Amino acid sequence: MEKIYTRPSYIREGATSGFCPGCMHSTVHKLVGEVLDELGIVNKTVTVWGVGCCILGAGYTTHDSFGSPHGRACAVASAYKRTNPDEIVYTYQGDGDLASIGIAETIYAANRGENFTVIFINNSTYGMTGGQMAPTTLVGQKATTAPFGRDPKQHGYPVHVCELLATLKAPYYLERVTCLDAPNVLKAKKAIKKAFQNQIDGKGFSLVEIMSNCPTNWGMAPLETLEFMKENTLKEFPLGVYRDKDAE
Amino acid sequence: MPKVEIRSESCKACEYCVKTCPNKVLALGAESNSKGYHYVVPANPDACIGCKLCAIVCPDAAIEVYK
Repeated sequence: MEKIYTRPSYIREGATSGFCPGCMHSTVHKLVGEVLDELGIVNKTVTVWGVGCCILGAGYTTHDSFGSPHGRACAVASAYKRTNPDEIVYTYQGDGDLASIGIAETIYAANRGENFTVIFINNSTYGMTGGQMAPTTLVGQKATTAPFGRDPKQHGYPVHVCELLATLKAPYYLERVTCLDAPNVLKAKKAIKKAFQNQIDGKGFSLVEIMSNCPTNWGMAPLETLEFMKENTLKEFPLGVYRDKDAE
Repeated sequence: MPKVEIRSESCKACEYCVKTCPNKVLALGAESNSKGYHYVVPANPDACIGCKLCAIVCPDAAIEVYK
């Protein structure tokens, strides 16, 4: 009998992730690990963690990584990749990091077409700090800092990072995916693999936005968040490829 | 015959695998692990066809599949 599915070598043996039950951060860590294993680049990959729940991956994974100041992961990764061009560098950031305090760094790294990969988890809330309203919180969605739900007159509308970066000339690959069921997990893995392959081929800035959930701060059971995402999140944030210079 | 193995300490009982399995092989167990989660067990192991869907959706990489 042959083992046909096991955890990637990127995950520390015996480790359990620090993420809440049902959190898709864990799924994305697993997918990144599988992709790095398949491409054979685990030993020369460096992660730049953003600030927030994403940093919980630091004790969970085996390869080299370092933290960056809040929001500055793209700036740190730009410097690291330029000084170590032979290594594979990716940033792993949430929406409270990349889309709010770090949006300037992200836009300018994308505009320079820096040759690294960005894994961007969008769960439309600030997870680690306790469910405050994020730039990506849906209209009407409740948060601890918007107890009556997001009101566009007062708080503006959700920020769409892929659409925003698609207005620039330099980014090579931008795609939005999700992990809410098996077919979508496989599509997300394909997108992540392409984003890393682009970096290996020296093609430039690749960003994969993964629509995610936050059972704890949304106040739902994990299975309920999947229904919520289908009915709300994916209508506001349509999945798809926003830029692929290979196809142009 | 295909079979699934669950790393009981890694399981957080989110039930994504239970919902995904087409043959209803998996179910929440009565035992709990050291973190207090009632981890998933193969309640109906003979029905497993080794499709890997449970392992693909498992966030915590707690499922191993043999075929």
